[in-house]
Formats: sequence, C-alpha cells, structure tokens
Amino acid sequence: MTPVPEPLDAEVIRKDFPLLAQRVHDRPIVYLDSASSSLQPRPVLAAMERYYESTHANVHRGVYATAEEATALYEGARRKVGRFIGAPDPRHEVIFTKNATEALNLVVNSWGRANLKRGDVVVLTEMEHHSNLVPWLALAQNVGIELRYLPVDGQGRLDLCDLDRILDGASAVSVSAMSNVLGTINPVPLITEAAHRHGAITVVDGAQSVPHLVTDVAALGADFLAFSAHKMLGPTGIGVLWGRRELLDAMPPFLGGGGMILDVTLERFTPAEAPWRFEAGTPPIAEAVGLAAAVDYLDAVGMEQIVTHERALTAYALTAIGDRLGEVCRVFGPPVGGDRAGVLSLDYRDVHAHDVAQVLDQFGVCVRPGHHCAKPLMSRLGVSATARASIDIYNDDSDIDTLIEGLTHVGTVFG
Amino acid sequence: MPDLEELYREIILDHYRSPRNRGELPTPPAHRVEGFNPLCGDEVVLSLEVVDGTLRDIKVAGSGCSISQSSGSLMSAAVKGKSITEVRELVAVFKAMMSVHEASLSDDDRTTGTEDPPTEPEPVDLASLGELAALQGVVKFPVRIKCATLSWNALVQGLDELAKAS
Repeated sequence: MTPVPEPLDAEVIRKDFPLLAQRVHDRPIVYLDSASSSLQPRPVLAAMERYYESTHANVHRGVYATAEEATALYEGARRKVGRFIGAPDPRHEVIFTKNATEALNLVVNSWGRANLKRGDVVVLTEMEHHSNLVPWLALAQNVGIELRYLPVDGQGRLDLCDLDRILDGASAVSVSAMSNVLGTINPVPLITEAAHRHGAITVVDGAQSVPHLVTDVAALGADFLAFSAHKMLGPTGIGVLWGRRELLDAMPPFLGGGGMILDVTLERFTPAEAPWRFEAGTPPIAEAVGLAAAVDYLDAVGMEQIVTHERALTAYALTAIGDRLGEVCRVFGPPVGGDRAGVLSLDYRDVHAHDVAQVLDQFGVCVRPGHHCAKPLMSRLGVSATARASIDIYNDDSDIDTLIEGLTHVGTVFG
Repeated sequence: MPDLEELYREIILDHYRSPRNRGELPTPPAHRVEGFNPLCGDEVVLSLEVVDGTLRDIKVAGSGCSISQSSGSLMSAAVKGKSITEVRELVAVFKAMMSVHEASLSDDDRTTGTEDPPTEPEPVDLASLGELAALQGVVKFPVRIKCATLSWNALVQGLDELAKAS
C-alpha cells in the first residue's frame, strides 16, 4: 500500500479505494454510507484475488501443499484478527461467522440457550441494532427470559442513573459500543464493570466501534465481542465472534456439520474444541484472507490516526451543518466531543429521509435513508426515518461540503 | 437535474403538502387496511367505505416519503365514488404504468440479482390516468416504485378482503 504520512492524509488514502473513482450522475461519488458497509482498499481486493489464483483449497482437510497453505492463511487470519482486538488467546477465541449478526445469534442461541431459563434477566439498551435485539426477543418468546433496557436520554446517550437497579439479578448484558444511528460511543467499560459486579456476563456489539476505535477486549470488559469485516474495509460474508475461552469451551455447538466435530457415529457426535466447534461447513476462507488484509491496512494507517481524522471530520461536519442548515436540519446524537463518532443521522424539517437521500443521490452523495435496523430507537427519537451520513478514513472536508450542497438543494426542491 | 424534476413534479409535491381525503373513517361501517414498506418504514392506512358495489368514501392516513404519501392522495382522489369494477381497472392501468420495473423488484429477482428482460409494457393510456400520470417519473427510480405502489397494493388487499367477506 501507499506509504501514509502522519497524520492521516485522506487524499492519499482515497487513491487506494478503486470505487471512489466511480462517477454517479456525472459527478464524483461521495461515499458517506460506511456505517452500512465500508469500501475496500486495493490490498484487500488483491489479497483475495491472489488467494483464489494461487492458493485456494478447502481448509483443515487436504494434505497437499496448497491445502496446507490455505489452512495456514485462514488460521493466520484468525490470529491477526485476535491480536487486533487484544485477544489473550487468538488461536482459540476468535470464531469466524457470516457477519456480526450471526456472531450475536451464536451467543444467544448457544450460550443463551445453555445458560438461561425462564425468568432470567438480560439487559440491553434502547439503542440496539435489531441484530442485538431480535435474537434476544426470540429467546424471550421461546424460553421466557426477561429483557430490561438501559434508556437513551435526550442527547442520545445512555442514561445510566438506574444502572445498578436495572442490572440487579441480571445474567447477561448485551450493549452496542457505538450507536449506528446516533454515533454515540457508549461507556462500555463502566457498564461491563457494573455487570460483572452483578454476576452478569457481557456481550459487546462492536460492529460500529471496531472499525473506528482502538479495540481491546480487556479494556472493554467484554466476555463476547461481535463485529463484521465489511464495515472495517474488509469483504462481505465474514464476521467475528470473540469470546473468553472458558465460556466458549463450555458452550454447545451453534450449527452442525463438517469441520465442527471430533467424532460422529450414527447415534451421537462429539464436537471439536473452540473455535472450530462453531465453524460448521467450509468457512469463508478468501474472506478471512481479505479481512486479514483489512486489519493490516488499518494497522498501517494506525487506529489512533483514524480516530483523530474521523473525530476532526465529524466536528467539521456537525459545525458546518449547524452553521449553514441549522434552521432546517437537525442531527441526532451527542454534540462534538469524546463520545461522538462520525455517524450523522439527519432530520430535514418535514422532508422525509427517502426524499432527502434521493436529492443527495443526484449530487453523487451516498447516504442511507430509513430506520437503520433500530426501530425502537427511532420511536424513541420520534421519527420514522433519518438520512444517515457516516464517515470513514477515506472521507474529507470536500465530501461534507458536497453533502451540504445537496442538503441545500433539498430546500430548493421541497420549498 | 431533469430526472429529479421529473420525479418531484409540482402535482406530486402539492399532494404531498396538502394530501386529499386525509384521515380515517369509523370502522365499521368502513373497512380498514394497512400497507407497510419494511424497507423504509413507509406506512399507509386506508379506510374504505363500499356501498352497493361503489367505493363511496376513502380516507388515507399514515406517514412516509413524498412519493408514497402523494400517491395515496392522488389515488384517493381518483377512486373515490367509482364502482369497484372501475377502481380495479384503474389499479390495473396504474400498475401497468409502473409494472416494467416493479417486476424487477420482486423478491425472487432481488435475491438472485437478475434483471428482468425488458418486457414489452402494456400500452398505457396516460390520458385515462389524469393527474396520476404525474407519477410516471418514478419508474426511472426503481427503488421508489414500492413507495408509489404502496397504497395501491393496500387498496387491492382491502377490496379483496371485502369481496371475500361478502
């Protein structure tokens, strides 16, 4: 990859992302939808192509040279991802899943079903993505667990006034480290510390945080951490569940099939040890290679530099929108500060988010309109949809300026 | 931006800002039916009062984007007072105006990512659609066709339910 001077130079970074050379409606593309899915730099694409061209074979099966090499690449990716999040035992604690959603479903359906019974309490928050809500709701319907929610305050932060009362008697706490709607960076260490004091295990949804913040599972106080490759410059089709080894070792399999067993007879099966116990069938090998390349890319740029760059750009965006569109456009979530990330959910006066996004599209600006898979939070905010612009390492001031140009035109169209 | 102007025509914006037949009717005698677009959260609630084979009254409630809401308003103005047969004919003409792209948005195709072969659209008599013809700009924006057809699908569902109940 191109050597990157410090601090992060988005102009240099952008050249690594081929998709940014695309033009939309005869304008350069302005990609502000990375909270939904990020773009991939050339090294990620090249690593996957190289894998398919030179190494592809199924893993943990063949004894020929390329099969050995494919296995080494796949297991190497596991260790690399583990080190990236500060896992104490990367080899045994990193499970590759389809995405963060499947990782959370794995926790609920394996750990949850084995450990929770009717009346047990699981604590979530009002700002959870459906992926950290629906699996628990299903468990509540099937098993009868009780769900409690940490509320969201008027500024889009978690209201922790009643934390101890809400955690009282809880068996598990599952929280998002960063809101995909509000851009709020939640005080996860504070919550997990309290949760452990109450004897609850902790699940952290890192889908939004891992791509944009320095991640250390010990500092987070997480027992489980779920995230997706495609939001951190990697490919679609692969996600990660990290879990503490003693928890994983005691959990029953999630999906059954090849690769996850020690022994099978016509009467019974013995599962393999973690993490392979949880990886039934041929895994996403090329995607693991791509994810490893994405981790290398993020490491080379530097997560600290990424935080600094995105924080500055978020501040620029919030200030510019406030100054130039403050009367017609509000942005949900906390003001500029240490707990504010680059996710900007916009509400444009009485214009629906769909219409805002449609106008922005004509300016080449890609944003996501809708409820962002967080319908309870949208109800809490009193809106049915927002237009969400989200920032990543390849964005710069000019992207925000085009966003504002487009938002200004919304006023022209809708009067 | 000609495409945008074609999408957001003045008639559409007018119906969005001042929707006709807005509200709900007491049920019974009216029949209530909801339409919902889970993708974007567009919502429409229709109250249908059918007497002697005629859609005597219709009210539209709900919330959503300009296309879904104006389409509901335009629809209500177009079908109110018409016989059920006429209403169904109008639905057919309106859907024909939208259908080329609507077919390519069916769930099956979306999962496989295949494009529909460009089927020959049925000739649509735009004049017979009156103000509704303003919505034809939507077909250039395939994702928005579901917004435009939301209230129409709800209407058909409501009429089918009424037919089954009688």
